[in-house]
Amino acid sequence: MSNPTETTRTLVIERAFPHPPEKLWRALTESPLVAQWLLKNDFEPVVGSKFQFRSDPMPQWDGVIDCEVLVVDPLKQLSYSWNSMGLESVVLFTLTPEESGTHLRMEQSGFRPDQEFAYKGASYGWKSFLDNLERVLTGGTA
Amino acid sequence: MKLTDANPVFRALADPTRRAIFEELTRQGEQTVHALTSYAGVSQPAVSKHLTVLKRAKLVRHRREGRETHYRAQPDALAPMVGWLRDYGAFWRDRFDRLETLLERMD
Repeated sequence: MSNPTETTRTLVIERAFPHPPEKLWRALTESPLVAQWLLKNDFEPVVGSKFQFRSDPMPQWDGVIDCEVLVVDPLKQLSYSWNSMGLESVVLFTLTPEESGTHLRMEQSGFRPDQEFAYKGASYGWKSFLDNLERVLTGGTA
Repeated sequence: MKLTDANPVFRALADPTRRAIFEELTRQGEQTVHALTSYAGVSQPAVSKHLTVLKRAKLVRHRREGRETHYRAQPDALAPMVGWLRDYGAFWRDRFDRLETLLERMD
């Protein structure tokens, strides 16, 4: 098994918005506003509170994403877990004030170590599984 | 997000035992239910149930030979899932566009 820090999958989306952090923070933390750009939700900016995002249901998926608030650092950082269809990940927003507005960084990282399934000394978590995907797809697993 | 195609695959692989069975099949090639049962460390009916789910997701194929059923992995079935994971980036970029629009409106 390779180094876990190397096998963690992270998606980073960054963008500069010509608006002050205060305004961005509202859009990230006020439930009706969040619903307007992200997904319907019952979010509250309270660490430890559980909430759900609801997407349109599809065949075999109820469209529910289960979340728990992990970090609320006003105007700076917001983080919650993002669990759906057996995939556990963490979403982290970081706000950085800039001269002309605010730089927003969204980092979605997975997949937590407690998901690992230890069996006969090997682990079958999503993390290692996803790392093997490309290899499997190219038929290099024999 | 185009989840529809990837869904049965995600569902099938959301279970750690099924992931283990699938990985074992990709590594070892064709296996009998019998061999998979001793590998997975759960009962044969449980393994058969897991294999049925994997079969529905088209992740495995089977053939009968005498009294034994042999299973083999169909890694091509993973393609929709890989596509969906790539789409997660597209999802957030799209949402950032909507956030931009919302911020304008909030003025």
